[in-house]
Amino acid sequence: MPTTSYADQFAAALAAGEGPAWLPALRERAFARFHALGFPTTRDEDWHFTSVTPIAERTFKAIRPAATTLTLADLEAHLLDPDWHRLVFVNGRLEPALSTFAGLPAEVQVSTLSEALREQPEWVQKHLGTLAAFDTAAFTALNTAFMQDGVVVRVPKGEVVEVALHILHVTDAQAQGAAIHPRLLVVAEPLAQLTLVESHVAVGAPSYLVNAVAEISVANGARVDHYKLQRESAEAYHVGTVQVTQGRDSIYHSFSFAEGAALSRTNVYTKLAGTGSEARLNGLYVLDGAQHADHQTFVEHLAEACASRELYKGILDGESHGVFNGKVYVDPVAQRTDGKQTNKALILSEKARVDTKPQLEIFADDVKCTHGATVGRLEQLPLFYLKSRGIGAENARALLTYAFAAEVLETIEVDALRVTLEKAIFERFTHHRMD
Amino acid sequence: MSSSIESLVNKEYAYGFVTDIESDTIPAGLSEETIRLISAKKEEPAWLLEWRLKAYRRWLTMTEPHWPNVTYAPIDYQAQTYYSAPKSVKPLQSLDEVDPELLRTYEKLGISLTEQKRLSGVAVDAIFDSVSVGTTMKEELKKAGVIFCSFGEAVREHPELVQRYLGSVVPYSDNFFAALNSAVFSDGSFVYVPKGVKCPLELSTYFRINAADTGQFERTLIVADEGASVSYLEGCTAPKRATNQLHAAVVEIVALDDATVKYSTVQNWYAGDKDGVGGIYNFVTKRGKALTRAKISWTQVETGSAITWKYPSVILQGDDAVGEFYSVAVVNNRQQADTGTKMIHIGRNTKSTIISKGISAGQGQNSYRGQVKVLPKAEGARNYTQCDSMLIGNKCGAHTFPYIEVANNSATLEHEASTSKIGEDQIFYCKARGLNAEHAISLIVAGFCKEVFKELPMEFALEAQQLLGISLEGSVG
Repeated sequence: MPTTSYADQFAAALAAGEGPAWLPALRERAFARFHALGFPTTRDEDWHFTSVTPIAERTFKAIRPAATTLTLADLEAHLLDPDWHRLVFVNGRLEPALSTFAGLPAEVQVSTLSEALREQPEWVQKHLGTLAAFDTAAFTALNTAFMQDGVVVRVPKGEVVEVALHILHVTDAQAQGAAIHPRLLVVAEPLAQLTLVESHVAVGAPSYLVNAVAEISVANGARVDHYKLQRESAEAYHVGTVQVTQGRDSIYHSFSFAEGAALSRTNVYTKLAGTGSEARLNGLYVLDGAQHADHQTFVEHLAEACASRELYKGILDGESHGVFNGKVYVDPVAQRTDGKQTNKALILSEKARVDTKPQLEIFADDVKCTHGATVGRLEQLPLFYLKSRGIGAENARALLTYAFAAEVLETIEVDALRVTLEKAIFERFTHHRMD
Repeated sequence: MSSSIESLVNKEYAYGFVTDIESDTIPAGLSEETIRLISAKKEEPAWLLEWRLKAYRRWLTMTEPHWPNVTYAPIDYQAQTYYSAPKSVKPLQSLDEVDPELLRTYEKLGISLTEQKRLSGVAVDAIFDSVSVGTTMKEELKKAGVIFCSFGEAVREHPELVQRYLGSVVPYSDNFFAALNSAVFSDGSFVYVPKGVKCPLELSTYFRINAADTGQFERTLIVADEGASVSYLEGCTAPKRATNQLHAAVVEIVALDDATVKYSTVQNWYAGDKDGVGGIYNFVTKRGKALTRAKISWTQVETGSAITWKYPSVILQGDDAVGEFYSVAVVNNRQQADTGTKMIHIGRNTKSTIISKGISAGQGQNSYRGQVKVLPKAEGARNYTQCDSMLIGNKCGAHTFPYIEVANNSATLEHEASTSKIGEDQIFYCKARGLNAEHAISLIVAGFCKEVFKELPMEFALEAQQLLGISLEGSVG
């Protein structure tokens, strides 16, 4: 696939770039890697069921966004909870007027990437690009080459952030035909706790590419809850990669919700590198029309007595196509591993398609690992039961579809978010208001 | 516990002897000449030679696949011998004419042709290196109209059947090893069960590689005509040698409307020594095509081979067709196995069941790789997959790579997999009841594999259970 079309853009970005001296070198390495790898094709095992041709055959332009005219009122539906700490990016640019995070504890550092690069370049260098390897990942390389701005969060030792931090990426008509490469770096130091909500939304229906990369380090005894909502425009493309490394007794909890974009790919990769650490990776995708959504998870058990729990569910209508690829790797040293992965897809229409590939690679013997996958339509027996209780066929189907999704929505521990998504799913399938 | 299990897992390969017998072996190397030579030796008709040459030319354009989860040194295809036949094999009138040395070999293997014939009523086609040496119970089968003979004989006696079905399920262009097999296959078995006939005997083939540096490329073709049914068993052994030998077989099954074919394998090729020296590379293509209401069932017990790489598959082409796959794969020492199945649902209301049990011991690496594909027209398709792995020792690996591809919403698919260590508490319980560790483990393993063993014909089930005990000897550390 041609990658040369981005060479001029890259040269221009490099010339205009600021920041410490090591940064252009990192960008150049990344771009060279992207150039060498090219966009993935369906011959790549990791992209077997997802063709990125619609992304590869276009050249998305670089964007230098102007200050937005959007107001908080325009974004009301996407704020979820007005009490959260909030960073709002419009077309990749931080909008201070729409953001509010002064209420964070003073010790917690939240800044844009460019700020962090100015103020503590050595600290950023120590972390940026170290978790999200780009040797084999073309989109991560592309992000590293072009990352314009993003968020850097550092939660110091023992600090518990009680209120969620919401990073809201908004895209509007200004970004038509453009590529945005948001970057997120989160470092939770020992015993720190943070709840992070990352939303990707659109105003209107522009067509653009969001290629996001997040690096999250969860130190010994720390906990990060990471909720990602992908509600891009129906014409958009979204590729998101989250790479996590976990210390001893740490917890990383990820929830990925996807209902937007024409074509989306969400990668959640975590390394359980410290004894007794735990990863919970959950997700729900709801598709219709010709949408294509691909979720890939990779849990590496690299230390003893770690636990991983995964529950991913999909609801597919229209001619949509859902892909799930969940890999669990257990290193020879990772004895007493406890891994469980479940993937369920519900197909509502005749033309929807699901490809799922749950994988286990196990090199240690004292382990308990299971995975289960099901694909099918609604079961006849519960439908019959509801009908026998006087509930019409259509309502019975709607209720059961909602119930299918509710099982995974229940894992959301942030009330405002769970209620919002439950309401959205309920109303989507029952066509009734939930009050 | 550890020492007794260790001795249990490390028992010697009992079938590693070499039979001293004169063979007619062609020089090593592969070219169009080799193929012409094989074809001439087998006195084949022109169409078959042409087919072989087409396969060979296609093979030249293909590259050896490396996607399986196995590693091995590159294979030198020019260093292999592609045809080796016991010299005294020529035309046989009856079993009595078979070289007594050969018959003794089979006795050592525990499949005495005459014994089997008398006692179990199983008809055996024994393949020694590349050539079929004698088929028992021919008369009984003839009465029922069943054709069971060596592939070479089938080409001579029933060319129309062979020509019609050869390559109809596994075309010569299918994959690298299938193309190689199509070019150089030397013998194999052929079965044809006519319309409405239930084959009165279990059919059985025994494969043995004897000569050194020889590849074995047998080809099996089983055709069950409308409403017919047949059960077929296959067993394999090879002598111990320090070099790796290639075994690239092809098995094709055609089950026409309402037919039933059951194919069982106990694969016990030489697995190499405990350091991974020698052993058979078992790269096999097995596939069946099931038409309307037909049923194809694969059962395999894989305990041998340095590397096993095979995916017995079913194309569920007709409505209401059924496909089954029951597998036990054991790896010990440095063995590697990448095995599983493909179930391709094309017809409506097609059903498939996959039960796979993997046992890894020593430094063995065991992968289940399977595909369940439901095409858009396969209304009401159903699949149930269960793959369980058991790990014995902490240097082995168990991997699962299932591909589930569904393009019809009326399909129902369930996949379950689990991996766990052999239960200490189960061993403890057995020991508390007076069993030693060795017995405890073989009991637990037998329980773990029960769902597969019960699919095997009885005498094979017993053999399989013993084999499993042998291949696991000394595996727990």
